[in-house]
Amino acid sequence: MSRHATHIAQPVTVSRVMLKVLAALLPGIAVSVYCFGPGVLVQLLLATLTALGAEAAVLRLRQRPVAPALADLSAVVTAWLLALSMPPLGAWWMIVVATLFAIVLGKQLYGGLGNNPFNPAMVGFAVMIVSFPAQMAAWGTPLAALDATAQLQWIFTHTLPAGSSVDAVSSATPLDVLKTGLLQGGQDVAQLLLQPRFGQWGNAGGEWVALAWALGGLWLWQQKLIPWRTPLAMLAGVLAVSLPLWLWQPAHYASPLFHLLNGATLLAAGFIVTDPISGSTTPLGRLIFGFMVGVLVVVIRVFGGFPDAVAFAVLIMNMAVPFIDQTTQPRVFGRKGGRHA
Amino acid sequence: MSTPPTVWQDIARKGLWQQNPGLVQLLGLCPVLAISNNVVNALALGLATTLVTALSSATVSSVRHWVPHDIRNPVFIMIIASLVTCVDLAMNAWLHELYLVLGIFIPLITTNCIVMARAEAFASRQPVREAAWDGAMMGLGLTGVLVALGALRELLGKGTLLAGADKLFGPAGHHLSLQLAGPDYQFLLMLLPPGAFLGLALLIAGKNALDARARQRQAAAANPATLANTGTTP
Repeated sequence: MSRHATHIAQPVTVSRVMLKVLAALLPGIAVSVYCFGPGVLVQLLLATLTALGAEAAVLRLRQRPVAPALADLSAVVTAWLLALSMPPLGAWWMIVVATLFAIVLGKQLYGGLGNNPFNPAMVGFAVMIVSFPAQMAAWGTPLAALDATAQLQWIFTHTLPAGSSVDAVSSATPLDVLKTGLLQGGQDVAQLLLQPRFGQWGNAGGEWVALAWALGGLWLWQQKLIPWRTPLAMLAGVLAVSLPLWLWQPAHYASPLFHLLNGATLLAAGFIVTDPISGSTTPLGRLIFGFMVGVLVVVIRVFGGFPDAVAFAVLIMNMAVPFIDQTTQPRVFGRKGGRHA
Repeated sequence: MSTPPTVWQDIARKGLWQQNPGLVQLLGLCPVLAISNNVVNALALGLATTLVTALSSATVSSVRHWVPHDIRNPVFIMIIASLVTCVDLAMNAWLHELYLVLGIFIPLITTNCIVMARAEAFASRQPVREAAWDGAMMGLGLTGVLVALGALRELLGKGTLLAGADKLFGPAGHHLSLQLAGPDYQFLLMLLPPGAFLGLALLIAGKNALDARARQRQAAAANPATLANTGTTP
């Protein structure tokens, strides 16, 4: 094929794709900053610096060229996705450790971009949620009156200026509040949702962040950078479990809308399950992969031990991807049967 | 590099490094992964395994001419199990607290692959003294891996080293314990099974890297002309 065919407007390079993914994250970042304050930007900066440093260090150890790998921006995408899944006011070392695990263990030790079987950002997140469940559960209170210097002071020194309440920097996520509330018993879902933390649609402030992720995801799809199958299948999977449960016992199970707008559901649908490296690549495989991630997210949220489950669901399905891809090979044109193409 | 190594040196080198049970043969991984969450547990189980491996290799070797080939494995297991029972009772008597911590893993030394592997592969066809030496060196090789992994996990996971050393060394052991991080520090992943797998993988990678570097240096020493090429491999 000619490299200069007239119908190809621009060569599609990795760094161009990654740049567009970063751009698609911007609306969500903007809403996050509005809701949770400039702490979000600090997390993004720390993650980016750590990711680039770790990537360069490992590449040097592996005696590979450093500059092209840094310029493809894939490490920055991993860093941003990770920073946006972590608590916006988490201590500085948390995001640094998480990014180190993501880049070094999740990506480079498997051979770098294109060879990692697991989504690196989710590896970093899973390490942190397993190791530091208490710190990972302490989210900033949305729209809390906490100025930038107080947020910086909290992130880097874990102290607050006089007069600020700890409540502003450590409130449980809605998923967490609902889970503990239901475990303690005495209140049903409707009563629990009356708390101010849940807002109108089940996640005060957070629902707008979630919708902004969806917006970014839609733009990526419009740009033909992500397939429609995986995200739609994932959302279908979320509905397939949460809807019957909710219809059966609305007092015990949250509504599908709650599951869609809470946690990392929409971030995952647009940016995480669509990862072309660790996700499935066949048309049918994408449907299976996305659907099962969605199913697992709700199953683990509702019946499992951790409040949010996107990281675990994605990692579990990452493990199944080689098998899914192998059994869903499309039929080659002119042959019968799809298995032994 | 002048005289060829004696048979004793050769056995020691194989047990401690070249065929290290934990890093090369990957035998007996169950206790390695389960008990290596701190140095004291790792050291105690490693030494107990060393004792059993040395004694069982010596015993197996001494009866090797009278054991019928077809039923050798049951016989070996009987010997190993009796020795493990002795160690089990002795630890219960003299290191009772540690015995309670290590629990099922002491009796399970019987089923540790490395003990059986040395009996089958080495002791059943070698003289008694060589077999005992081989068992001891293989056991010490495993102990080394256990202690290194235990230290890594204890340090990263709890920020301590040799915590609870008094269980192994008596009251004086209190002075050996080191607290290197705040009492609240905990990195749960390293204490959980994933930490054991990650740590062992890093140790294996480290050993392979050291070996590769040694080979490269040897090759360079043998043939200085290739030196120019080794530096610029992609």
